[in-house]
Amino acid sequence: MEVIETDVAIVGAGGAGLSAAIAVAERDPNLKIALLSKVYPMRSHTCAAEGGAAGVAKDEDSLDKHFDDTVSGGDWLCDQDAVEWFVERAPKELARIERWGCPWSRDADGKVAVRPFGGMKIERTWYAADKTGFHILHTLFQTSLQFPSIKRYDEYYSTDLIAADGRCQGVMAIEMRSGQLKTFAAKTVIIATGGAGRVFPFTTNGAIKTGDGMAMAYRAGVPLKDMEFVQYHPTGLPGTGILMTEGCRGEGGILVNKDGYRYLQDYGLGPPDPWPRKKAMELGPRDMLSQAFWHEQQKGRTIQSASYGDVVHLDMRHLGQALIDERLPFVRDLARSYLGVDMVTDPVPVRPVVHYTMGGIHMENLVETPLKGLYAAGECACVSINGSNRLGSNSLTECLVFGREAGQRAAEQIGSLGAVNDTLVKERAEASRQALADLHMRPHSGESVSGIRREMHDTMESGAGIYRTADSLAQTCTDMANLRDRFNRVALEDKSAVYNTDLIQALELQSMVEIAETMAHSATKRTESRGSHQRLDFAQRDDEVFLKHSLATYNGQAAPTIDYRDVVITKSQPAARVYGGDV
Amino acid sequence: MGERQITLEVMRYRPETDTEPVFQTYAVPCQEEWVVLDALNYVKDNLDRSLSFRWSCHMAVCGSCAMVVNGTPMLSCKAFLRDLPDTIQVEPLRNFPIERDLVVVLDDFMEKLRSVKPYIVPKEAPATPDGTFRQSTKQLKMFKPFAMCINCLACYSVCPQYGLNEGFAGPAALALAHRYNADSRDVGRKAREDVVASNVGIWECTFVGACSEVCPKDVDPAAAIQQTKIASTVDYFTDLILPGRKVKGGPGKAAGGKA
Ligand SMILES: Cc1cc2nc3c(=O)[nH]c(=O)nc-3n(C[C@H](O)[C@H](O)[C@H](O)COP(=O)(O)OP(=O)(O)OC[C@H]3O[C@@H](n4cnc5c(N)ncnc54)[C@H](O)[C@@H]3O)c2cc1C
Ligand code: SF4
Repeated sequence: MEVIETDVAIVGAGGAGLSAAIAVAERDPNLKIALLSKVYPMRSHTCAAEGGAAGVAKDEDSLDKHFDDTVSGGDWLCDQDAVEWFVERAPKELARIERWGCPWSRDADGKVAVRPFGGMKIERTWYAADKTGFHILHTLFQTSLQFPSIKRYDEYYSTDLIAADGRCQGVMAIEMRSGQLKTFAAKTVIIATGGAGRVFPFTTNGAIKTGDGMAMAYRAGVPLKDMEFVQYHPTGLPGTGILMTEGCRGEGGILVNKDGYRYLQDYGLGPPDPWPRKKAMELGPRDMLSQAFWHEQQKGRTIQSASYGDVVHLDMRHLGQALIDERLPFVRDLARSYLGVDMVTDPVPVRPVVHYTMGGIHMENLVETPLKGLYAAGECACVSINGSNRLGSNSLTECLVFGREAGQRAAEQIGSLGAVNDTLVKERAEASRQALADLHMRPHSGESVSGIRREMHDTMESGAGIYRTADSLAQTCTDMANLRDRFNRVALEDKSAVYNTDLIQALELQSMVEIAETMAHSATKRTESRGSHQRLDFAQRDDEVFLKHSLATYNGQAAPTIDYRDVVITKSQPAARVYGGDV
Repeated sequence: MGERQITLEVMRYRPETDTEPVFQTYAVPCQEEWVVLDALNYVKDNLDRSLSFRWSCHMAVCGSCAMVVNGTPMLSCKAFLRDLPDTIQVEPLRNFPIERDLVVVLDDFMEKLRSVKPYIVPKEAPATPDGTFRQSTKQLKMFKPFAMCINCLACYSVCPQYGLNEGFAGPAALALAHRYNADSRDVGRKAREDVVASNVGIWECTFVGACSEVCPKDVDPAAAIQQTKIASTVDYFTDLILPGRKVKGGPGKAAGGKA
């Protein structure tokens, strides 16, 4: 088996992974960097982000205000020391990629423009029309091409971390074009593999967002934190789940039910006028907006669409074509193409859609995991700045800020970590090879990747969706245990070596099954409602017991163990979340 | 939601067993609103686990899923069945080696992308308090259309020069070079000229314009190449008259960072 020796192995080349790679290269050009990605970097799902990236920009804004919005938006489950650290670096990182060429939209005076976003008291969301993530990703990728020390391994699928002797010593990966498994013996490893929205059937997440990095860390003994918190975005296109960015509402779009009524005023977000008004109505936080949809649906006030089931209307007609074409051209085209609706002349049918995983790999000290030599950043990591509900536009910035820090931290600590242990690395590599060989050889059993995936989707949606109960979650936990067991019998139908997507999808399903289980169990144990985690049987937030992060630890073929850990509070004591008002 | 039966003829090539590409036919029950990618995924999930193709975002922005559909390269996630006949032929992008089935080898393009130095070569650090360059909306518009390229490579599939002359950098890479040349924050045009204005660059383009026709993002690489040709010609002559003249940022020119 080929062994590739490197100083830093970075798994994932989206916003976070590329930021990390550039940071290492800038800091020390002599360090060897291996940048692995299961897709070409520019295919990473960061490209799909539309609305923008948050960072204080205006004179009347302040770091404290960004902090306050983030912490209350997260329903006080954020670690406040991390949020303070984050908001301070946010504008600097956004300015950095401006200098690298990001085509930010501009004000008349040539300064970078900012737009309002949900849950943010002041405009602080930098945007590049409605393709912000796309431009950030391409700017980072293209910038990275000037650093010879960044050696890319495109279309390499990572299967396992090499954890031995209390330290991460590398990562295993399949070169997809040859089917060969390779060993990356690395002094440090940074995971930047993105979120896991694909655990659910209806999501804005691309096919690649299967949570592989979270699952790798989890199997290596690193806990997954706050996995019960899954964000639903309130405005996805029915059918495809394509996102209508929050920028639509930031620019003044409204949500109405079947009576043409702005129903959000009934859920603590009103009064409706004057509009637009920040942190109110349609510019409330995503968790509350998605929950309001659910209630409207219960009351029979959503719109019944023959082809798509229940929807509400996102109405932007009053914005006019000129503004829509300047600031929202991409989503106009998406709605027109995929739904046949032109937002200039008609309201757009939308419904909540799974969007973001607040939970992720347990971070200590911002970018370090409890496993020495292992770092993480981006959506796969739980720092935690997002708490129980991420504010829109914080996560692109999170990728830049923490991606960079992970790179710097790894580069800084390499010296003290020393060489990897070749014998141990070889041993682990052999175990991975064996597991893969077993999967290849497994006899046909009637269990299929698509079958198990479908059942996982069904049970996650029905039992662990926007609203949850003890019963629904118990069912999902049982189903997931079952599916985990059945996954062990999935056989590959395609036994070939070159670009075998049957194999890759099987491995991705393994990641998803493991992650889905941590979500269901963490949600079961959290008998309160907070942010995106809503229990019909425990409707109140319970700070006494649950002002805590959950930690799910891997137990092999048994369900995960769930433990808790205190939230870090520095200057903001938990209070009621207040939106609306302020007329 | 109505159901429609289509016949999908997919080009298959499995390098371990096939000596050459062959078409395989699948009967696929489809929903009216589906795109070709949905039909392929139906095949993958229900009929044939061995079919390989690339895709991810399903919203026309990651650039993974371009393929030749009934003769024309397009994003399969935006190739609506409602616009296509009942028999649909799907092939990998042309002008690239086939790795497997609908997956082509991208090494050459990735190297060409790097060769045009697609990053800002800055003039000087901006002296603004927030550390950003000022850029007018007009300056932004000069390069923004060329920054919309998703690297889907549909344009390479129809480019006659790329087909004939493998040294040719090709439409997307040249459009990207132009994107940076046209950015008010950049002074890298001279550095890019090695590749762009050399024999593997713009002079190879015969201006057929097929690239711009198939581009799903209206990047118009042909226009980028044409504009670069003009700029390079001007440089060539002015260089003769005034050796060492700065390409950009000279007096009277809009220069980023100063405003
Ligand atoms: C439709 C949409 C719109 C959004 N809009 C916004 C917005 O406006 N503002 C905002 O702040 N946030 C937004 N978000 C969220 C934000 O885009 C993401 O959280 C962020 O881009 C994640 O970046 P990342 O670098 O962590 O991961 P990704 O960009 O998802 O990249 C993950 C990388 O890991 C690699 N990888 C994964 N698994 C493996 C493996 N097994 N082996 C090798 N490589 C692997 C992938 O190839 C990829 O390179 C949006 C999200 C979506 C889905
Ligand atoms: S220029 Fe257009 S067709 Fe060519 S790669 Fe870019 S987006 Fe695709």
